[in-house]
Amino acid sequence: MSEFLDILANPAFWVAVLRIATPLILGTLGVLLCERAGVLNLGIEGIMVAGAFTGWLAVYLGAPLWLGVAVAALTGAALGLLHAFLTVGLALSQHVSGLGITLLATALSYYGYRVSFPKVSTPPTITPFAAMDWLGLPVLAQQTPLTLLALLLVPVIAYVLYKTPVGLAVRMVGENPQAAEGQGVSVAAVRTGAIVAGSALMGVAGSFLTLSAFNAFFFNMVNGRGWICVALVVFASWRPGKALLGALLFAFFDALQLRLQQMGDAVLPYQLYLMLPYVLSIVALVLVARKASYPQALMKPYRKGER
Amino acid sequence: MRLEKRTHSSSAALVLAPLGAVLFTLLISALLVLWAGAPVGRTYGLLLQGGFGSVFAWSETLTRAIPLMLTGLAAAVAFKARLFNIGAEGQLYMGALAAVAVGGLHGGTGFDLPPALLFVLMMLAAALAGALLLLGPALMKARLGVDEVVTTLLLNFIVLLLVSLMLDGPMKDPTAMGWPQSVVLLGDLELAKLIPQTRVHTGLLWACALAVGLWALMKYTVLGFDIRAVGANARAAAFAGVPVTRTVVLVALLSGGLAGLAGAIEVAGRTSYLTLDMSPGYGYSGIVIAMLAGLHPLGVMLGSVFVAGVLVGADSMSRVVGVPTFIADVIVAASLISVLVATLLTQYRVRWQ
Repeated sequence: MSEFLDILANPAFWVAVLRIATPLILGTLGVLLCERAGVLNLGIEGIMVAGAFTGWLAVYLGAPLWLGVAVAALTGAALGLLHAFLTVGLALSQHVSGLGITLLATALSYYGYRVSFPKVSTPPTITPFAAMDWLGLPVLAQQTPLTLLALLLVPVIAYVLYKTPVGLAVRMVGENPQAAEGQGVSVAAVRTGAIVAGSALMGVAGSFLTLSAFNAFFFNMVNGRGWICVALVVFASWRPGKALLGALLFAFFDALQLRLQQMGDAVLPYQLYLMLPYVLSIVALVLVARKASYPQALMKPYRKGER
Repeated sequence: MRLEKRTHSSSAALVLAPLGAVLFTLLISALLVLWAGAPVGRTYGLLLQGGFGSVFAWSETLTRAIPLMLTGLAAAVAFKARLFNIGAEGQLYMGALAAVAVGGLHGGTGFDLPPALLFVLMMLAAALAGALLLLGPALMKARLGVDEVVTTLLLNFIVLLLVSLMLDGPMKDPTAMGWPQSVVLLGDLELAKLIPQTRVHTGLLWACALAVGLWALMKYTVLGFDIRAVGANARAAAFAGVPVTRTVVLVALLSGGLAGLAGAIEVAGRTSYLTLDMSPGYGYSGIVIAMLAGLHPLGVMLGSVFVAGVLVGADSMSRVVGVPTFIADVIVAASLISVLVATLLTQYRVRWQ
């Protein structure tokens, strides 16, 4: 028990929590935007891989770090546009389109990495974002600017969703596209915009891994984080504030799991600790299932004039 | 842009659309081959030859097609009922784990059964393990409305960790020099080879028989009708008296069972023991195959041979011209998307306004 309290009293633990939470916050906000407009985006896992790769590659080729982030966002936006074309334009199954994009984006990224670096045994590295010591705040000063960006985006997206006409249009399109169309809102345009913006965030979430958390690109480095974001958004009942809370809670258990594992005298096999995040995600899904208030039009394709 | 339902789509278009889509994919992928600095014609030639150009190539392709066919059938039957089972990868590993538990762990000290009976028990255990793994998400979907895509996906990660745990502990082969590898299956339980000197085994016949069986079930039985009705419109099906929850549960058992069998047949036919890298994503590729086949069980047979051929061909092509093997994954994923679009265009006309 005292060991447990020691962990919680150590600032390094909270630094780790915030670091683990950052890609989850960005990714969850991305999924949230898409789903608020009524479109499921299972492309997130692959979009994160692609963002991690292209952002890192740009910096490796000499671009400044922030340009790398922009490249990752553009990569995500481009893949989002493909998803929008398939699900909004052609009204294909959102499940299948998303999975297809995940497979395609992952395969393209791995292929691009292998073509660019055919014979390397140790992955080439870059100089990643430095900690924001100048900020002077405990815990936050040890994070990189992308974490600050993620934290700032939470109120920004909440404001846009709830206080602006654009946000109203997004929510309407996700709840009742027929009514939105009746009000003169173009369902296709709003959905496409939300998917592109959300997917850009997913790309940035991926780039955090290569430009902040690590300094190289590895295969399997996203490792299911995208799927966790899809679960987190349900847990958060599609609200940005709760998404932040969910990501932090999740990261808390993940960091705790890492510490417990490192404490050496392992009481349990390490695999059980590694399972914890996934088990928690499923538990969270089940717990909120009964009262989950899905956007009413989620996963329902909308064709003008059809009912 | 607007879609307009076609009043009539010719049957030739329905067959030609997927073929055209695959050709289109190969054209686009040629740019990637050029990026890698390899000659396109020679690269594709080698890929084709490596996948389908000789008896050996065919034997390797068919060997690879066996688990793909089974996971493809698992996805096809589930998707037909709109149960989006993305967990075939985990179900496959659960099946393999159960197979090794029944067929390898007794080590002469446990139950002393005739091999034929033990073989049947092993396959049943594997199917049951896979089926039960999908039952949870299916029930959570039916009863609580929890999206099964996320739960089945997350279970894949959990199962892989469970397998890792078992291979580190209770099921570890003590003679494997420290490798995380399971105990070996009893020799009597291994599947015979179809062609001597190659790896292709009689599991191929099992997989084909299951494909034909599933096709007959979908076409000629009440359950098949119920599955299609639930998939088309669950609410209307319930209104018409179709037992929706029961159908979803049966579909889950069938789908998970097929994926579980994929694991057992892979162990019994190819490796004879279980490792953590036994499946290079057969569960996920099965989804692609099912979609390529338009969820048709007989189409899954063809689709799995196509995908297996591309994967096997890319391996041998890569060794010669140095184009990364990931090109195979790109071709398969891009084929999926373009076939979906092409199939849609046979049913709808696009109007730009």
